[in-house]
Amino acid sequence: MAPALKRFAAPEEVMKVRQSLEGRLDGNRPRLAICGDTGCTVCGADGLAAAVKEVMERKDPAGRLELKVTGCLGFCEQAPVVLVFPGAYFYRKVKAADAEEIVEKALLQEGPVARLLYTDPSSGKKIACAGEIPFYRHQERVLLDANWHVNPLDIYDYLARGGYAALLKVLGGMSPGEVLGEMKEARLRGRGGAGFYTWLKWELCRTRAGSKKYVICNADEGDPGAFMDRSLLEGNPHAVLEGMLIAGYAIGAVEGIVYLRTEYPTAVAKLDQAVRQARELGFLGEDILGSGFAFDISIVRGAGAFVCGEETALIRAAEGKVGEPRQKPPFPAESGYRGRPTVINNVETFANVPLIVNRGAVAYRAAGTENSGGTKIFCLVGKVNNSGLVEVPFGTPLRKIVFDIGGGIKGGKRFKAVQTGGPSGGCLPEEKLDLRVDFEDLAGAGSIMGSGGMIVMDEDTCVVDVTRYFLNFLKDESCGKCFSCRVGVDRMLEIVGGITEGAGSEEDLALLEELALVVKDTSMCGLGQTAANPVLSTLRYFRSEYLAHVREKRCPAKVCRALFRYRVDEDLCSGCGFCARECSAGAIGEGPDGLYLIDPAVCNRCGVCVEACASDAITKE
Amino acid sequence: MVEMTLNGLMVKVEEGTTILEAAAFYGVNIPTLCYLEGLSPYGACRLCVVEIGEPGSAKVATSCTHRVEDGLVVRTHSARVMKARRMLIELYLASCPSSKIIQDMASNHHVTRVRFKQRHEDCILCGLCVRMCAEQMQGKAIGFAWRGSERKVTTPFDKKSDACRLCGGCMYVCPACRSRCQGPQAEQAVCNACLNLPQTDRNYLFFDNAVCEAMEPPGGAPKKMTNRGA
Ligand SMILES: Cc1cc2nc3c(=O)[nH]c(=O)nc-3n(C[C@H](O)[C@H](O)[C@H](O)COP(=O)(O)O)c2cc1C
Ligand code: FES
Repeated sequence: MAPALKRFAAPEEVMKVRQSLEGRLDGNRPRLAICGDTGCTVCGADGLAAAVKEVMERKDPAGRLELKVTGCLGFCEQAPVVLVFPGAYFYRKVKAADAEEIVEKALLQEGPVARLLYTDPSSGKKIACAGEIPFYRHQERVLLDANWHVNPLDIYDYLARGGYAALLKVLGGMSPGEVLGEMKEARLRGRGGAGFYTWLKWELCRTRAGSKKYVICNADEGDPGAFMDRSLLEGNPHAVLEGMLIAGYAIGAVEGIVYLRTEYPTAVAKLDQAVRQARELGFLGEDILGSGFAFDISIVRGAGAFVCGEETALIRAAEGKVGEPRQKPPFPAESGYRGRPTVINNVETFANVPLIVNRGAVAYRAAGTENSGGTKIFCLVGKVNNSGLVEVPFGTPLRKIVFDIGGGIKGGKRFKAVQTGGPSGGCLPEEKLDLRVDFEDLAGAGSIMGSGGMIVMDEDTCVVDVTRYFLNFLKDESCGKCFSCRVGVDRMLEIVGGITEGAGSEEDLALLEELALVVKDTSMCGLGQTAANPVLSTLRYFRSEYLAHVREKRCPAKVCRALFRYRVDEDLCSGCGFCARECSAGAIGEGPDGLYLIDPAVCNRCGVCVEACASDAITKE
Repeated sequence: MVEMTLNGLMVKVEEGTTILEAAAFYGVNIPTLCYLEGLSPYGACRLCVVEIGEPGSAKVATSCTHRVEDGLVVRTHSARVMKARRMLIELYLASCPSSKIIQDMASNHHVTRVRFKQRHEDCILCGLCVRMCAEQMQGKAIGFAWRGSERKVTTPFDKKSDACRLCGGCMYVCPACRSRCQGPQAEQAVCNACLNLPQTDRNYLFFDNAVCEAMEPPGGAPKKMTNRGA
């Protein structure tokens, strides 16, 4: 049982409590980890956890089996997911009805419930242990490992696994300069997108005059399809707090702020609980662990705008002003929150900090490249077989992520492109798959690291249409302050939209490219500066597809509605008329021979007829 | 004093000034739409961009917001900058052809065509009026509402504002409505009437808009400019 929350006054007290918690590390104790993250919750993890609890009360009155509702376990494709220890058995698509069997087997430690195991698609064999599933096997889960084991609502769980040891080490005898030295040696770079060296940012802030400085954690995470930061905050919030504490110590700040988007209610609740627990135990507040160092953290909830993830906009939003970026310099390290020197880092950046202190910089940077130490979490989504949270060292080839970890393209289709870095990232083609994921390599290929979104597209995707989609997103999310971004993105969208509607010309492509380069060059903040990436990268790698749209008025992937039509194949049509009944546009009628015909002038290309046709007679042409 | 390189010349500048101010001091004219002496720099029109740093690794930044630093290397009219400025002016013309200031700027930069679909949005959201109202008139009657392409200048909740004293300061500084283009083909995107004037007049005129207005452009009496192009 957890000891009552009592403020630690000295490091020795922490050590004593940690010793008393050693039982929690007992690897032989049966334990269930049910993923409580959004994906699994949507698929019924709540009901499953309740059912398991109910069964446990009946079958295990002594409480031998431990149940943890954890943060994201990673393999979201298989939601809801359960892990059983010892053994780390991985159960997939678990239903509440499976609870009885799961608990029984776990109590008896009789091995896994075979029917819930993952089947390897290549060999057709069941795999029991999570670590042997290709999705996990090819990863290096240093940060995400805790998500398997830690109950995010219980600070003692974090303590038992060595939590706050890094803080103890820092307070117990490292000077701020030494902390910075470790970060430098570790080659830690910001995970929020730009990849700025963290030590440099801290150094800039530390050497600024002024007694009041701030540490801000950027947890805005506005990229559609990205949830790395949320998974860390919901799975292991104390690691982020510890990272912020160490940053505060290093730069001489006494106040930290987490700017967290309101659209993450679970993360808000868990982080709030974590902050309160840390405060009660004396990891936050005045005179932390008797060291004289004072630091406290508050949470500011954002109102959900992509641009508020940009650091200067975020700071303004945290101050209670309109979330609009301003021109840099001055950088936040010089003049940030309330005009004071401010260090602003991403959630994942902070989560890496305790790891570096604990392991030592040299061991930490064993993973990674010459320029970037450690691992990076990606959100692998789109047309891959295994979507989910993926953690790999910097320098891992894209091919490994998409094919070995992601398991290749859904439905055996052909790979077409992978977009890295969120809506303003670039689309990389097949020939770039051997690229190593690192800031410089991706930038050289015309894309960005961004915060780690990775969207895989298959042959059925039209890159022109995808570009239009991202431009539309960026147009809506642009704050509108600077002309280049507001009007430039809008005009790029106008041109690309025209191309998808069959109204484009080759001059349009030249104009588009010219405009994109200017928007990239002259925009005020990162949003506009990167907004051209989807355009420029697709023009670079998929020009032939653009040319098909403008020259032949043809959409090779048959996605752009103005550039293909549906047709009924007379040889296959059975004359059942289902298509005509379903068509809301009234575009389908019976022909003289009892077969059906589609009027392309009336048809709005919704595709309902294709679904309705039992004979697969309706095709695109 | 700070020492920096401006278009290849070593110059000494007062510390704390912006690149734009320093350039003006040395007679280098950088076009602006959202800058006005006496108002805080805002960095929205992007026309004042300059290249900073050594060629190859140079970055583009707005000179109105960038303060001078020792050893700064600035090019105010490099090919990269001019290309960007011309494109921006083309975009401005495509949105707001009725502004004489923008038309003059187009002629001045030899922007002679507009390749975008013509729109007629009078406001270019330079924010001069908002800053004028707040910083010089202590009014704070107007501000920005919405975001992205829906952004607009308005009073709180679009209601008649008690804070507004109808001083007209906002209109006085507005580059879009302060003076209307009276050129012969003003309903088209590019007027360029001034380009047909003799070279000597042209140079003179680009430094004094008032003269341009008073002059009768070639090709008869000035056409009346309509508000929405139709
Ligand atoms: C449009 C835009 C959106 C951004 N969104 C985020 C975000 O959601 N989370 C984040 O950490 N950084 C975001 N950034 C990057 C931040 O501006 C900043 O670089 C980062 O928080 C710095 O932290 P780091 O050094 O740890 O990467 C965004 C930048 C731009 C231009
Ligand atoms: S004058 Fe500098 S951006 Fe407008």
